[in-house]
Amino acid sequence: MGDLVPPLFKKGLIMRQYKSDRLWFWLFLAPALFAFILVVIIPFIMGIYYSLTDWQAVAGIKPNFVGLENYKTMFTDIAFQYSLIRTFLFTFLSVMSINFMALLFAFLVTREVKGKNFFRAGFFIPNLIGGLVLGYIWQFIFKSVVPSIGTLLHIPALEDLLLLADPTLALFGLIFAFTWQYAGYIMMIYIAALLNVPQELLEAAEIDGANFWQKFRSITLPMIAQAFTITSFLTLVNSFKQFDIIIALTKGGPSTIYNGEIVNATELLAVHIYNVAFKYNDMAQGQARAIIFFLMLSVISIAQVYFSKKREVEM
Amino acid sequence: MTMRRKLIMGSITLLTVILFVLTMFPFFIVIINSAKSSLEIITDPISFPAKWSQLFSNVQEIWNKPSVRYSSSVISSTIITLGSLATISVFSAMAAWVLVRSKSKVSTFIFLLFLSGLIIPFQVVMFPLVSLFRTINEIFGLKMLRTYHGMILAYIGFGTPLAVFMFHGFIKSIPKELEEAATIDGCSKPQIFFLVIMPILKPIFVTIVILNAIWIWNDFLLPMLILGVGQDIQTIPLAIANFAGSFVKKWDLIMTAVLMAAIPIIIGFILLQKHIIKGMVSGSIK
Repeated sequence: MGDLVPPLFKKGLIMRQYKSDRLWFWLFLAPALFAFILVVIIPFIMGIYYSLTDWQAVAGIKPNFVGLENYKTMFTDIAFQYSLIRTFLFTFLSVMSINFMALLFAFLVTREVKGKNFFRAGFFIPNLIGGLVLGYIWQFIFKSVVPSIGTLLHIPALEDLLLLADPTLALFGLIFAFTWQYAGYIMMIYIAALLNVPQELLEAAEIDGANFWQKFRSITLPMIAQAFTITSFLTLVNSFKQFDIIIALTKGGPSTIYNGEIVNATELLAVHIYNVAFKYNDMAQGQARAIIFFLMLSVISIAQVYFSKKREVEM
Repeated sequence: MTMRRKLIMGSITLLTVILFVLTMFPFFIVIINSAKSSLEIITDPISFPAKWSQLFSNVQEIWNKPSVRYSSSVISSTIITLGSLATISVFSAMAAWVLVRSKSKVSTFIFLLFLSGLIIPFQVVMFPLVSLFRTINEIFGLKMLRTYHGMILAYIGFGTPLAVFMFHGFIKSIPKELEEAATIDGCSKPQIFFLVIMPILKPIFVTIVILNAIWIWNDFLLPMLILGVGQDIQTIPLAIANFAGSFVKKWDLIMTAVLMAAIPIIIGFILLQKHIIKGMVSGSIK
């Protein structure tokens, strides 16, 4: 080997080569790393610190360190408790509804239906519409279209239905709109998984006399367990973080009473954080709640991935 | 085919069609109501418009209305989206390439730092980010809020983690011999990257551009914080929120604005359907 090394590769040259490699390493890294550190890492560290102070985000006023005071206030705040409960409820119901619809869509468009690519594209399209824009579409549907359909069909219940003004029903309006947006996307992941299920296996089971439900439970479901890990994680996290649709559809309202205090029925965590900071002008409180939001998301993610992996193995 | 099987297939097709019609229903509502006058839309939001030509006057009104500034928001959205797409994809590819090819501890650490960006939700960094941008303005006199460069810089920061991660996975599969051959031929590092590596990255570029394009074009919260609602530079979602969020709801014009916002995306989808579906789904799985 030694003989083959050309005399050119003397120590000095290798050193120079190494130094120039290092230079290029940092030059190529610099733009992305600079932006990422400036926009994400530094604000993240600032955020942790600010959550422990009485930060007001006003120029010239230095934040004072207050320890865990913000966190204590947060957990005794009725509005925060209520928002937390509503967020969990919304997340749970959205995950159910989106995955159910997505799986149903995926089943239908993987059969020998004529024009299945056309249907696939149709179910997918709502996903391309931004949350804000689709929020306004659904606001119009719930406020004007639904009552008009009620009048047309002479159904008084629909005619008088003011879904978004009802503290209980408004949340379902959000779930409906969010399912419409997101089910087509999750469908695509299920389609990929369903197409991987070997047809011979299903045919063999059919010959053995298995019915639809038995085939689904014993063959299809275990085969698409991997997809469940991805879809449940995606729907969970994205429901938990929902902001745009709420802003356009309900702005967090309508108000209702919880534990003797006036709260907003659809002010889910992401909206709550924003409102605390900007509407009620309490930046430090908003930031502390954002930190808790981050911690909960991390716990959800870790737990979810852990349990799904475990289930996959068992199945 | 047996009778029973035919029946099952028939009901599956029927169910598919019903669900499809229901999925398309909101689009139908938007289209018919974009062509109505403000009076017509209040009295009857579910039948076809009296005259379709109303659509053109609605579009014209939205386009020219000074309180909406739709035309300028289209330009702003385009500048921000294109500027961010170009920078996110090229900078991330550059970073991912040197991270893959360098085996040092520093390189591993920086890669993990980028990955940490994937789990940090936007809500945790948004208030300090705005404050940091304001501080930069005070100290260096460089205006970051309400500017194009501030907005694009923010998108690079939030866009790089996923892009670096996806490029990283792809570049790992490119044989190193290719670069060594180019070195022997006398190529410098930038030449190797831009002439040898970049062309190979084309498929993953398409995926990353599509994922980011849909995100940035539709994004609302980040531009609201950086650009502000009702300020000089407005993206399309900001312009719509500003207009639709006012007290008097002009639904006829809101529906027209919604239609105008949706049409470019839907046309883009029809043209690039395969790439978009593949790109968006693979972006989620990785």
